[in-house]
Amino acid sequence: MSETATQIPHVDYLVLGDSPHLVANECTSCASRYFDRRNACAKCFGSDFTKAEVPTAGEVTAFTIVAFAAPGVPTPFVAAVVDCDGTQVRGNIINCEPDADHVSLGMQVELATYSLGTDSAGTEAIGFGFQPM
Amino acid sequence: MASDDIYILGINMTKFGKHPDKDSIDLGAEAAMAALADGGVTMADMGILAAGNLLGSPGFGQSLQKQIGQTGIPVYNVANACATGATALRTVVMAIKAGECDMGLAVGVEKLSGAGLLGGSGKKKSDDDTWTPDGRFGAVASTDGRIGTQNMPGVFAQVGMEYGHKYGGTSFELFARISEKNHNHSTLNPLAAYSKSMPLEQIMGDMMIAYPNTRPMCSANCDGGAAAVLVSGEKLKSLSDEQQRRAVKIRASVLTSDPWQDGCQILPDVNTLTRMAANQAYETASVGPEDLDLVELHDCFATAELVHYDNLMLCDEGGAVDFFESGKPFRDGERPVNVSGGLQSKGHPISATGIANVWEVCHHLRNEAGDRQIEGARIGLAHVIGLGSACGVHILESSAA
Repeated sequence: MSETATQIPHVDYLVLGDSPHLVANECTSCASRYFDRRNACAKCFGSDFTKAEVPTAGEVTAFTIVAFAAPGVPTPFVAAVVDCDGTQVRGNIINCEPDADHVSLGMQVELATYSLGTDSAGTEAIGFGFQPM
Repeated sequence: MASDDIYILGINMTKFGKHPDKDSIDLGAEAAMAALADGGVTMADMGILAAGNLLGSPGFGQSLQKQIGQTGIPVYNVANACATGATALRTVVMAIKAGECDMGLAVGVEKLSGAGLLGGSGKKKSDDDTWTPDGRFGAVASTDGRIGTQNMPGVFAQVGMEYGHKYGGTSFELFARISEKNHNHSTLNPLAAYSKSMPLEQIMGDMMIAYPNTRPMCSANCDGGAAAVLVSGEKLKSLSDEQQRRAVKIRASVLTSDPWQDGCQILPDVNTLTRMAANQAYETASVGPEDLDLVELHDCFATAELVHYDNLMLCDEGGAVDFFESGKPFRDGERPVNVSGGLQSKGHPISATGIANVWEVCHHLRNEAGDRQIEGARIGLAHVIGLGSACGVHILESSAA
């Protein structure tokens, strides 16, 4: 417990702990899922949301290997869309060589976390990506 | 001609490329004055000005007026990402349609040479040295590059890859061959920023930006302007035979935004709004894709061109790869696509693009395209996408008998 108390997720929809996973804002009337802070549902305009746990395994439905990015963004990296049992998730493919021989469409992946570093107060930021299964 | 039709009376695009000695106003003035001269009219005839320039100072339209004519008409400064030019055109169309005026000017300009990558930013959130959640994702650090990519080459690369995952048949080489086609087309376009053909090996061997898009498969950042003068059918009747002969009829002018689709806030969905716009345009114009003599579509990246064959229904659903392989989108094919060279070689000065693609189509419909003329062209379509998203589709028809 003392360890997780000094950790903070990269984004608020990443839940840390023993089994890290993503949590979506799910519209209570049409079940559309979002990862950002919501004002209302873009599909049905409802404004009531509940938290929904997103499966941690999925399939790569689109990817690119970014070789040239904005200053301050380390390259190369693999950006992808992962279909986690019906919920589309954006994330990098990690723990995998970033080339077209190692990444492919339809690849099965699972959520993995890594450290972004520790701040001056001793808090470690934890990010997520997807690694090959 | 019917009174309630709307026509393009005059239109112009500047040479696209590097214009270090000209500012945005110079390029806008050059295009606007040439479009007015092309239409045989002056600023005194204009009832509205719609102007787009994303990267310059605010109030571009008024700054332009101060150089080419201050007549007190309403100015609409418009912004819709890469669809800004089409939005300016559409604004003038709506004003004429509403009966507010019978003639108007649309202008789009960008100074983009050397702009580098667009979209996303590696800017650190002000790292006061503790992790502090911020923004709609409660992020403690920048997400670009850590949770996917926000840069344009990477986003559109995924758009093409997604199509490949859905329907199969795509490869790095296929996307590069689409680029090869457009670079070949550009050799006949003296106004293109780059007008050299490029062998496939060179395209594939060039610097990788975001797999599978190498540098020549990305739209070229450059400077340029484009402008169009629009007129009502009723007003056109009072103009000369020559003006009437060269006028190009706007059979459809459509602008859409992206409707909600599953996953559309994860990877932008550039497909649904394009298909919607195309459907509306075909219906309004009472034409089908098979009637089009040429198409200028938004090939901001080679991966984007492929999906828009399908979105504009130039092929059956899922058939974009076969459509390309059949040779139809080549300039000697059945449905020539991007005979201007497209954004990969002609260049993509953002706000000018949505008028410059209409200029290209008009050029052919007026039989004035010289060496790259598509013989007998009577109907053409111009398409543009601004990520975010906005989609403009214009269907144009020659007036000449």
